[in-house]
Amino acid sequence: MTTTPTPPVVAEAPGRPSRRAEGSAAGRVRRRLSGSAAGIAALVIAVLWTVPTAGLLISSFRPAEEIRTTGWWTFLASPEVTLANYRDVLFGSGSDGQLITYFVNSLVITLPSTVFVLGVGALAAYALAWIDFRGRDWLFLGIFALQIVPLQMSLVPLLRFFSQGVSVGGAQILPAWELTGAMAFTNVWVAHTIFGLPLGIFLLHNFVSQLPKSLFEAARVDGAGHGRVFTRIVLPLIAPALVSLGIFQFLWVWNDLLVALIFTGGDSATAPLTVRLAEMAGTRGESWHRLTAGAFVSMIVPLVVFFLLQRYFVRGLLAGSVKG
Amino acid sequence: MEYSFLYELPKIVWMLIGIAAFLGVIGLMLVLVDVPRTRRDRWQASLFLAPALLLLLGGLVYPVLRTTMLSLYDRSGDEFVGLANYVWMFQRPEILLVLRNTLLWVVFAPALATAIGLLYAVLIDRSRFESVAKSLVFMPMAISFVGASIIWRFVFAYRPADQEQYGLFNQIVVWLGGEPRLWLLEQPLNTFLLILVLIWVQAGFAMVVLSASIKAIPAEMVEAARIDGAGPWQLFTRITLPSVWPTLLVVLITITVQTLKVFDIVRTMTGGNYGTSVIANEMYSQAFQQGQLGQGSALAVFLFVLVIPLVVVQIRRNRKARELV
Repeated sequence: MTTTPTPPVVAEAPGRPSRRAEGSAAGRVRRRLSGSAAGIAALVIAVLWTVPTAGLLISSFRPAEEIRTTGWWTFLASPEVTLANYRDVLFGSGSDGQLITYFVNSLVITLPSTVFVLGVGALAAYALAWIDFRGRDWLFLGIFALQIVPLQMSLVPLLRFFSQGVSVGGAQILPAWELTGAMAFTNVWVAHTIFGLPLGIFLLHNFVSQLPKSLFEAARVDGAGHGRVFTRIVLPLIAPALVSLGIFQFLWVWNDLLVALIFTGGDSATAPLTVRLAEMAGTRGESWHRLTAGAFVSMIVPLVVFFLLQRYFVRGLLAGSVKG
Repeated sequence: MEYSFLYELPKIVWMLIGIAAFLGVIGLMLVLVDVPRTRRDRWQASLFLAPALLLLLGGLVYPVLRTTMLSLYDRSGDEFVGLANYVWMFQRPEILLVLRNTLLWVVFAPALATAIGLLYAVLIDRSRFESVAKSLVFMPMAISFVGASIIWRFVFAYRPADQEQYGLFNQIVVWLGGEPRLWLLEQPLNTFLLILVLIWVQAGFAMVVLSASIKAIPAEMVEAARIDGAGPWQLFTRITLPSVWPTLLVVLITITVQTLKVFDIVRTMTGGNYGTSVIANEMYSQAFQQGQLGQGSALAVFLFVLVIPLVVVQIRRNRKARELV
């Protein structure tokens, strides 16, 4: 049997482009691949991207004995569900994880680090966009260029600054930060704020500088100073950008391991979930009933943030990496 | 030991104090900045910029100089050793292995993540399940690298052949008639398994950004190509690919920068053992575990040098893109 060539589509609507769904090149590619092959390929990718997470999630609800002896794919054969793993890993004694403490630590690290970047970043972005002063463009370029600095470059000197203070030629200018107890979180806040600022200022500047000029002129004519203009006019208008950046910074800090490892020193009083989980994975790699549940304890907040605010997340992503 | 929430109270109080103090200072500053009658722009600008500049100068600019200097000194930072730390880096076999691994990461992770992201974006474009399909692949972006690593360690988990497997990968191997193995210990395969984790996380990023770019292709252009009789493959190579090319490069560079700095995955999957270490992990291990400040700093500087050209290209592309808009 011979294959019939596809009928010419030219006759369909010359000069009158159809506005239907097949307008997109990719959409047509998909359709022309007769749907099935493309559908199967997409399905394979989707499955590969979902199954590992699903396996861990299912396992986290299985009794420890079952996890140890059978694969999670046998779950449907013996659907036994328990919350014991979560109870143990959250509230159990030190060796079990006691993740609730680390969960609170993660929260205490993440919230201020996010607020600080938003506040400091918004102020700087506004000044760089709407206050006239000499050297403004150079300053902006300089801050912009700081995005290239890998945070690895900062770790040693910054840690020294916290632990030894600043001294020039033997004279102590700033003392060491000897913060104990809950106050030790301050180091991590400052570190995260610093590392989040270059991108934060850049993203907010993109947004602030696009506000219409007439807005500011009107306010200035009315006699409002920059402080007033910033709080009354700018802040409400850039709220969507603040939300986007806030989500990014939040997820970044919550998911960070390196900064936390160095600036909390892995101390249980201040270390976040990521540090604790990496430690548990290293020392008790085969305690899967703890690790599965523990991993999900650390993922639940980012996943909720992600699914509730996906729209803002995507918008921020596009603003940062496509439009620049 | 019974858990008591009272233990957490001081932290939460300190967090609230921190946030309140910060907002208080900022608020006060915003009021004060408007008080002088003259309202000189220069004075106001410096107040607005002071917190950011202080943090950036102290936390990034000065450290960059300091780390560069430290890389020329010995382990404790006292004695000047010239370029010895760099010579060490390119002579020691174990560090050369680290550099080779980083090269493997950079060659494979960005290209594969971007390719899969593009393929998937094209495949699901305008399909009925597009938003669900996107969420599934995008979801790993929200998870930490530590969480992703645990997910994949579970996939590669190993049990001796006489026991039932609970790691999916080994189970599939067994189903296919093979022997279960400790995959994360097999060099150099283990490095590729670690790279797989990064691809798994970053493909969603590539997919979302490229998908937006695909949707921006003008319908008229596609229609014109169709009228000229272009087939699906031609549509892809002649229309889709050239249209998304600038975006694709940006995605590629962004993921490359991420890849160069990869740390968490290596740390959680293997701890950098079994020949899987990369620059960022080695830097941490040298500077913070072995107390080799000079060698750790040299590795950091090398990482910085590798990142610079990439970001410069990215900045220039971004600028061009903005001028076009």
